[in-house]
Amino acid sequence: MAKRRVMFTFPPELIGEPIIYNLGQQFKVVTNIRRADVSENKGWVVLELEGEEEDIERGIAWVTAKGVRVDPVIGDIVEG
Amino acid sequence: MSYAISLRCRKCGREYPLQPINLCDFCFGPLEVTYDYKSMSRGVGRKRIAGGPSTMWRYQDLLPMNGEVIDIGTGFTPLVKADNLGQEIGLEQLYIKNDCLNPTYSFKDRVVAVAITKAKEFGFTTVACASTGNLASSVAAHAAKARLKSYVFIPADIERSKIIGTAIYKPTLVAVQGSYDQVNRLCSKLADTYPWGFININLRPYYAEGSKTLGYEVAEQLGWRSPDCIVAPAASGLLFTRIWKGLNELSMLGLIEPVDTHMHLVQAAGCSPIVNAFKAGTLHVHPVEPNTIAKSIAIGNPADGYYALKTVRESGGTAWAVTDEELVNSMKLLAQTEGIFAETAGGVVIAGLQKMVKLGVIKRDELTVAFITGAGLKTQEVVSATVQPITIQPTLESFEEAFSKLGKATVTTW
Repeated sequence: MAKRRVMFTFPPELIGEPIIYNLGQQFKVVTNIRRADVSENKGWVVLELEGEEEDIERGIAWVTAKGVRVDPVIGDIVEG
Repeated sequence: MSYAISLRCRKCGREYPLQPINLCDFCFGPLEVTYDYKSMSRGVGRKRIAGGPSTMWRYQDLLPMNGEVIDIGTGFTPLVKADNLGQEIGLEQLYIKNDCLNPTYSFKDRVVAVAITKAKEFGFTTVACASTGNLASSVAAHAAKARLKSYVFIPADIERSKIIGTAIYKPTLVAVQGSYDQVNRLCSKLADTYPWGFININLRPYYAEGSKTLGYEVAEQLGWRSPDCIVAPAASGLLFTRIWKGLNELSMLGLIEPVDTHMHLVQAAGCSPIVNAFKAGTLHVHPVEPNTIAKSIAIGNPADGYYALKTVRESGGTAWAVTDEELVNSMKLLAQTEGIFAETAGGVVIAGLQKMVKLGVIKRDELTVAFITGAGLKTQEVVSATVQPITIQPTLESFEEAFSKLGKATVTTW
């Protein structure tokens, strides 16, 4: 089993969708929210994903395709 | 000796021992080194610091290391009184902190020196980083000095000329084919997989502390005082927050008066997530896709963006974005008034400074320090249009003809 710590940033139009729930249901990924700030027009969630590496990758690809931005929880690693 | 006592989560306050970790296990918040300031205040004084080496290691007591440091001569760079530039833009007390003059020509040597020293202390035999320039060369250079193996990950499409200054130190250079985001994600996985000291991941709490030395130096070089205004660039926001931390630590230790410095932050308009958040009046920094020639500060998802915004607000500062055209013009202005050839990030700072003075945000008589964080030779292609030599034949007549066309009527002869 693999673990991945990520930050999801939601655009306003996706705030109402149960994306994290569907991620867990469709990709057999356990989602564990640690911090979040969600309002009616913006939202970010810091969470840990646990599951098979392949399932996590497919899940992240699905979330990204839905329009959610997915970043490493520590921000950008590549520096100037 | 080190007065560092623990790592503390900046979000929830949980404490951890001084280990190579960067995130709180509970809330995934970033960790920061904490110190025993009470003991530190008894052991540190102006005289002791002034008697130290002419490098950043004169402040070793205020940094989190225990023994021998990896020293390639970093720090205590000049603080130059910039009267010509000041006159040009309307400031009476302008200083330039010229961090081009570090061993690998950027401020990154400060942070990397601390991170590599800690890597040795922790027993790592390999260090790594992901970078498009300044960080890469600094890590490779320090690893060479420390006799550590190093891996430097770079985007595959980076220009060859940009990596020569890294390759010379003989790290293992790994060019990753993929988008910027993919490189980011790969490095995150690498850090989880390999037992390496990843400079800006598991060593980040220590790495961060190196930037405090910029604040210490400026205060000492000004005769133990903090300036009225500071203008500094922001990429991840780490440098900006640590200059502030450095000044406040000196004040806490009784080495300077209480800090009353306005911290002004500048980014390139093509990558200004922190400025966007400041303008929107929020503390949430929404990530952006970078699109600017100021590559060394083009970080779309800044790790310390939130804290940089807090610093701006706490200090009564402001945040500004400047266009690529403005930053190039300001690189030229700095070079042509002060003889300092800064990289694009320096152009960003000077362009922002000009705006602030013009709008009255910084007053004419305020003692202002502008931070130049890297040398222009690293990004010289952006000013290549300035190369316009006058071509002549190898004769005096040819020169005099050309000279007269420049509007100089007479030539003084010996």
